[in-house]
Amino acid sequence: MLLWYETVHQLLLFARRPASVFLVIIMPVILLVVFTELFGNELIEDKDVTTAQFYTPALAVFGAVTACYSYLAVATANARDTGILKRIRGTPLPPAIFVAARIVSVSIIALIAVAVVMAVGITFYGIKVYWEKVPAGLVALTAGTMTFASLGMMVTALCRTSELVQAVTSATLLPLAFVSNIFIRPFREQPAWMQFIGDVFPLKHFSDAFTGMFRPGLKGHGFVWQETEEIYAILPELAIMIAWGLLATALAAYFFRWDNRSA
Amino acid sequence: MSTVAVANLTKSYSGAPALKGVSFQVEPAETFALLGPNGAGKTTCLEILEGYRTPDGGEARVLDMNPATGGRRFRESIGLVLQVTSLELELTARETVSAFSKYYPKPLNVDEVIDIVGLGHAAAKRVKALSGGQQRRLEIALGIIGDPAVIFLDEPTTGLDPDARRKIWQLILDLNSRGKTILLSSHYMDEVEALAHRLAVMKHGEIIAEGSPAQLQDRFSDHAVIRFGLSGNELPDDFPGPLRQLVEVSRGWATLRARDPAPVLADLTNWAFRHRYDLSSITVARPSLEDIYLKLTGDGEGAR
Ligand SMILES: Nc1ncnc2c1ncn2[C@@H]1O[C@H](COP(=O)(O)OP(=O)(O)OP(=O)(O)O)[C@@H](O)[C@H]1O
Ligand SMILES: [Mg+2]
Repeated sequence: MLLWYETVHQLLLFARRPASVFLVIIMPVILLVVFTELFGNELIEDKDVTTAQFYTPALAVFGAVTACYSYLAVATANARDTGILKRIRGTPLPPAIFVAARIVSVSIIALIAVAVVMAVGITFYGIKVYWEKVPAGLVALTAGTMTFASLGMMVTALCRTSELVQAVTSATLLPLAFVSNIFIRPFREQPAWMQFIGDVFPLKHFSDAFTGMFRPGLKGHGFVWQETEEIYAILPELAIMIAWGLLATALAAYFFRWDNRSA
Repeated sequence: MSTVAVANLTKSYSGAPALKGVSFQVEPAETFALLGPNGAGKTTCLEILEGYRTPDGGEARVLDMNPATGGRRFRESIGLVLQVTSLELELTARETVSAFSKYYPKPLNVDEVIDIVGLGHAAAKRVKALSGGQQRRLEIALGIIGDPAVIFLDEPTTGLDPDARRKIWQLILDLNSRGKTILLSSHYMDEVEALAHRLAVMKHGEIIAEGSPAQLQDRFSDHAVIRFGLSGNELPDDFPGPLRQLVEVSRGWATLRARDPAPVLADLTNWAFRHRYDLSSITVARPSLEDIYLKLTGDGEGAR
């Protein structure tokens, strides 16, 4: 019950921050429209998918990560800088519920961001949904939001000020989005080091696991380990995301401070 | 059992001592004040009692619980106002109080608390649109919404206008008359005199004087202060020489301090009577608590 109240409270705070709502919910839609109109909504990648069929799920992932990672990290660091976390720590609200409520609330925000961009893609650009793959896609989405929420808390815990958190989240998310099949579709072979970076960090795994759901060329229900050119497999991607999530959770729990002013 | 008991508390920040063995007790339904200049250790002391910081040595107990380990049950029974304002600016006053009310097992009625702190008319306003004094009152609302037995107030009125200060004083007096135990810190002697049953004066991490305002006045007022207005802003030329050495002149007022006022007054009035000097503005008083406080915390050798 308390978890629910606190979650609603956090959602209200998000709704009252127009800049955040714009970045998380509206920005992916703008990018979708811009990319689709720029490149033309025709068949691409060996006549396999349309431009919008590629970009809609990719930008949905981008919106989800903006919510769970960037917004969570910056909002939490701001609350710490302004003494709000410290004040909450002085109330009986159990810390675990407080942190859980923040994570649940950004997950809900991420779902809204995904739903909005998908709705635009389906309504205006004729995106096709492959229903047998939807359960795996939703599992991938859940794992991705949890992983990036842990990473967001980790960045907050490791950086002392909200300015630093802001810089770190932007400097990590934007370049990674370019090498993780989000902003740019892999129209030709990437340099090996770029591919390597994409493979190491979790964003590409999140994006591949979720966007695979919308690729007509990938068959199956997704809950398999063996990844090939024709088979939708989320389990290897999930494994890497969960590993990152656990590492981030451990670091966040160890370094997190309610107040960065006092010793 | 004392509601708050502090014994020999010590705390250093990277080697620099902030508390050097502080001890005091606060009894149930008492208002106790920590008074002292910047850096005296008031906030450090309060934050140990609130469970934010752990002392290096000594013992702190609140309602017979250890603040550092008391956990949820401890936090349910205390209310606090921190020195630095910390509110979510995007919420309304009412939303802020309502959110906090969910954290406590037996909260007071949200609207009643908003009325008690005098924010009834501003309940629907965003926090960022409230004045500094209104924000402070909102923080007091958050401090009492859980109906705590003990309330910690760290400089509740710093930065407020005289009218807002009086309103917060009345609020604190009302809380105390409802049986709350209150521990507050302040820089103002008049505030402490108006609110506290007892006070401790702190300096450099130590308590240098403790007692009720009246006790402190008795103990530290070892002289009388005689003041009178000067016609022409200067001492007259024929002012008696022996008295002249005792006088300080400032802004048209002469002030004399004397352990034994009788002979000084006799000489003064005798001279004034003979020279027809106007003494209608004369006052004889004990030093104010403000004077005592300044003397105690001044850079001199202090007192004890
Ligand atoms: N987090 C901290 N890190 C290092 N030193 C600190 C910290 N907090 C307080 N101090 C030092 O401890 C001493 C006591 O500080 P404290 O905040 O308790 O004083 P105070 O009486 O509340 O002062 P003020 O009236 O200015 O609020 C000061 O010398 C201060 O510099
Ligand atoms: Mg202080």
